[in-house]
Amino acid sequence: MNIVATIVFVGLFLFITALGFLSAHWRKGDMSHLHEWGLGGRRFGGWITWFLIGGDLYTAYTFVAVPALVFGAGALGFFALPYTVLVYPMVFAILPRLWVVAKKHNYITASDFVAGRYGSPALALAIAVTGIVATMPYIALQLVGIQVVIGGLGFPTGHGLVGDLPLIIAFIILAAFTYTSGLRAPASIAVVKDLLVYITVIALIIVVPYKLGGFGNIFAAIPKEHLLLPPVKDGNLGLQSFYPTLAFGSALALMLYPHATTAVLSAKGPNTLRRNWVFLPAYSFMLGLIALLGYMAYASGIAKLPDLAPYFKQYGPQFAMPGLLLHYFPSWFVGVGFAAVAIGALVPAAIMSIAAANLFTRNIYKAYINPGCSTHRETEMAKLASLVVKFGALLFIVFLPLTYAIQLQLLGGILILQTLPAIVSGIYTRWFDAKALLLGWAAGLAWGIWAASLSGFHKSGYALHLGGMVIPAYIGLYALVLNFAVAIVATLVLNAVGMADKQDATVAADYAG
Amino acid sequence: MSTPKKLGPLQFILLAIPCVAVLVIPYFNKLEPSVFGIPFFYWWQLVWVPLSGVFIAIVYKMVVPSGSGD
Repeated sequence: MNIVATIVFVGLFLFITALGFLSAHWRKGDMSHLHEWGLGGRRFGGWITWFLIGGDLYTAYTFVAVPALVFGAGALGFFALPYTVLVYPMVFAILPRLWVVAKKHNYITASDFVAGRYGSPALALAIAVTGIVATMPYIALQLVGIQVVIGGLGFPTGHGLVGDLPLIIAFIILAAFTYTSGLRAPASIAVVKDLLVYITVIALIIVVPYKLGGFGNIFAAIPKEHLLLPPVKDGNLGLQSFYPTLAFGSALALMLYPHATTAVLSAKGPNTLRRNWVFLPAYSFMLGLIALLGYMAYASGIAKLPDLAPYFKQYGPQFAMPGLLLHYFPSWFVGVGFAAVAIGALVPAAIMSIAAANLFTRNIYKAYINPGCSTHRETEMAKLASLVVKFGALLFIVFLPLTYAIQLQLLGGILILQTLPAIVSGIYTRWFDAKALLLGWAAGLAWGIWAASLSGFHKSGYALHLGGMVIPAYIGLYALVLNFAVAIVATLVLNAVGMADKQDATVAADYAG
Repeated sequence: MSTPKKLGPLQFILLAIPCVAVLVIPYFNKLEPSVFGIPFFYWWQLVWVPLSGVFIAIVYKMVVPSGSGD
């Protein structure tokens, strides 16, 4: 075991644990209200929102999976970059409008908005369940990041319950401070996490290319066919169409995830959000550098070194980033870097569990089980739900093979994308009918799950044969096109037969920007 | 809460520029010209990260009145 690294790692972990509990008192509000526990009272200013959204979207799994994908697959893995470039211009145009209407009507979740906008509990339930189902495997995947670094410290992970003990401890800590402090805990921890991540990435990006003799040498060591997307062959667009559709579809999916909504609605105003989206690309730039770490790991040949080869055998390409740290840095810095990954897993896991808990409480418990519940009871329910969600994710990782979590997360992206017509078009227009949106949602889901099942849930692409061409694209995006087509046709039909429903709790003045 | 102006066609075009720049695969799917040994495919997409921030900042200046706190 790496003693020095472990001591630094545990020390930093204890620090953020204390911070997590203390943050309950920070800008204290009446914690018996759900918008206090679950949205931090909608009072987060510019800086905190920046850290919170950054800490939320750039998860530990990203730090591990993106270099792993570049390490293993080459150019395709770089899709993470156009993905994050696409996100901010889109959310700049769309989400401040959601914030304004949500504040006006005290909406905590996107489903709350859909329920109000369309007066349809069924559609709101569909959106809420989709959100919860898509979020669960995402939380489980955060644990993978922790597992990899705990393994890197020299603990034997993946050998039954004892091997998973450090992971279980980390999760109990997470569950406890989220329970007491709500969204304030990840918000304050995100600041520490981001500092650690920036320090680690900057050190890696300076030291490793220097030791390897510059970027020229690094790229020269990569096989030519990995460096670019393969050319179009025999009318098959191949990765040339899959790459941009995966980036675009993932960007759309990202803003629909419940944890993104939670972070966005916790800002103190729409202009705080708009300012944030000017500066959030700083994270994306770092993500690009992290992606290049995959090539550095490849060029350095660390996977073949006797002391690191066993790790690569156990964790595969996912050990690319931890491996670089272990090989090129002193033990104490390995502790810092590994803590960055582990804490980077706790922040989004906390926000995701809060988001799922908000959805369950507002759109399932309050809407269907106990409509008359008091605000206090509502908040207690959400706190309890956040524990259940996290415990479920933990069981998932401890008892099921890792590939299940990865496959479900992949499916989750396809599913969450199907909530776009209801949520995003609702932000702009009430033209669509709720029943038609529900029909489109069901069609998109059914087709998306079928298309993913064709590859045994291993691939997120579907090859469409159209007029002699083969166009592989992200399944989520094809499903979304179908979803919209069904919703439009069904709305036209319902309007024609006079069955369209025009109920709407919001008015035009609730939307601004 | 100060009301920002509505996004018009010009603002939508400005926001769309960075998006299009990272989606035109045939244009940037090549090795040369490389910069500091980084192939075109990689640095082109990396450069558009800060540039997207610049475009968003321009739109921000256009639609949000200066001194809006919230």
